[in-house]
Amino acid sequence: MARLSYAEASRQAIAEEMRRDATVWAVGEDLGRGGVFGQYKGLVEEFGPERIADAPISEACIMGAAVGAAMTGTRPIVELRFSDFALCAVDELVNQAAKARYMFGGQGRVPLVVREPIGMWRSSAAQHSQSLEGWYTHIPGLVVIAPSTPADNKGLLKAAIRCDDPVVYLEHKNLWPLEGEVPDGEHVVEIGKARVARAGKDLTIVSWSAAVHTCLAAAEALAEQRIEAEVIDLRSLWPWDKAAVLASVERTGRLLVAHEAVRVGGFGAEVAATVAERAHGQLKCAVRRLGAPRAPIGYAPNLEDQVRVTPAQIVAAARGMLGP
Amino acid sequence: MLRIRAFEEAALEGLEQKLVLGAIHPSIGQEAVAVGVCANLEPSDILLSTHRGHGHTIAKGADTVAMMRELFGREGGTCHGKGGSMHIADFKVGMLGANGVVGANILIAVGAAHAVRLKKGRQVVTCIFGDGAINRGPFLEGLNWAGVWQLPILFVCEDNGFAATTRTRAMTAGEGPAARAESLGIPAATVDGNDLLAVDETVCRLLAEIRTGGGPRFLLCKTYRLTGHTGADAAGYRSKEEVEIAWKGDPVARLRDVLATAGVKPAEIAEAERAARTEIDAVFDAAKASPLPPLTRAFADVQDVGDPQREAF
Repeated sequence: MARLSYAEASRQAIAEEMRRDATVWAVGEDLGRGGVFGQYKGLVEEFGPERIADAPISEACIMGAAVGAAMTGTRPIVELRFSDFALCAVDELVNQAAKARYMFGGQGRVPLVVREPIGMWRSSAAQHSQSLEGWYTHIPGLVVIAPSTPADNKGLLKAAIRCDDPVVYLEHKNLWPLEGEVPDGEHVVEIGKARVARAGKDLTIVSWSAAVHTCLAAAEALAEQRIEAEVIDLRSLWPWDKAAVLASVERTGRLLVAHEAVRVGGFGAEVAATVAERAHGQLKCAVRRLGAPRAPIGYAPNLEDQVRVTPAQIVAAARGMLGP
Repeated sequence: MLRIRAFEEAALEGLEQKLVLGAIHPSIGQEAVAVGVCANLEPSDILLSTHRGHGHTIAKGADTVAMMRELFGREGGTCHGKGGSMHIADFKVGMLGANGVVGANILIAVGAAHAVRLKKGRQVVTCIFGDGAINRGPFLEGLNWAGVWQLPILFVCEDNGFAATTRTRAMTAGEGPAARAESLGIPAATVDGNDLLAVDETVCRLLAEIRTGGGPRFLLCKTYRLTGHTGADAAGYRSKEEVEIAWKGDPVARLRDVLATAGVKPAEIAEAERAARTEIDAVFDAAKASPLPPLTRAFADVQDVGDPQREAF
């Protein structure tokens, strides 16, 4: 066990997997300088510029070339810098990576990991702040992961690199410096298993990525008001741990989903609908969703705050669900 | 070339009989490119193709029965009836797929060549695309990438004059494909794509340069699409005279003349034509007799983690 940041944990995962498997390599802009957030720092010194490969600002080619390289026996880690920029490579991810195995009748596979940092971070405005995880859950063929802790950022990234499917791996930019205990060595977290971030009996709050920490802050405040919220960190959105959520709701009878992404059409809707369909009889009140308003993200801090889901909003929603 | 011609004609017949289910893009008139390129490839070399990819796939050595089954959406097709004409592929012979998205194959090919470099392999990757693809971003991104990394890749622009149903030259600024490649430092050659021997000779030279570490090369093959864009396209956007003149340059007829001049007896040529037709007739019948894929195929080979057979519903 070591105390590492979210960024350091991911770096450790990559270094360990690259030592373990010579076919793993990383490609993206500025990787030789450690990556835009330092998440590749020191890796080029150990593995050299062939395996920690700098790329031109050609997102489509970074992604498309990774598809070709994955189909021919390597395991690329694709760094796309910001999830917003990954939109320049959507054909390569959605039409090519996600579908190659199926449409060629299983002749080939595309084992790659696409790292797309998401989320609001220091006045970065509308093109550097989005959380688009919901889009990818809609695409058959893709695995979608959004870790919230340093330990998970090691264990899930290792699992993603070993996975034979294309994995969209969404790290939250605000979490890079977050520190936590990270197991040494072989720490692989199973994809599709949720984590109970805080146990509670009165209400189930489902979240993922940085919003888990917002929910935990809210749960802390609720506890002071004698409301025990259970916070479930989904960790991966496809597949997602329906069983864990349904089991929790069965005990609490209340579901609140909170995420940073736009609420309309967000993945919270999928969670809420699934619970409404399958656990209707156990619900003591209507399910609730919290997410961003359907507006671009502003630059000025006070404008940016307008689209944030806050602990206060979660507390208010939870209190409303529990009644007077 | 004769087998490709016969296959394309049979595919059009299949479309007529409603055995071919989706769109097909025949390569009639472009056979010399497919054969001239692929005749120079080793079985282990990798090929990426386009939506107009039947000829390339046959020339790379794919099984024609499996191909026709794929066009008919049948079990035993190259992709088990899951891809059809536009996703035809035969990984066993190094044919890593046609592609439904114009220009998308360029990036995949570049990545396959990048993997060859990483693994210190000796293969060459060949990527065939149409003249329409040069106006998409992946053309610039992919050629630049190949140049930066000096990858073992041959880009073949099969210029049939049309981007879908619009004349490419009306939609293309500047000097065109070869000049664009050269502007990125990739040596380019231009050949008459209906002249099999010219294509063969040039590809042979370019591949030798690539195999000896020369980096990427670019070949522009000038040809003409003798049929419509798809099997259903009557191509009313061009005159009958234009097509009649183009048929005079039919690469199959030109090869026949070359062979006759070289002393091959007419009977031998006729025999080769008969053999191609006999093969493809049998292919057609075999495909027609094959069953549709079992329904389990619908949810197979999607993904391991979050497999729809357990998770999708």
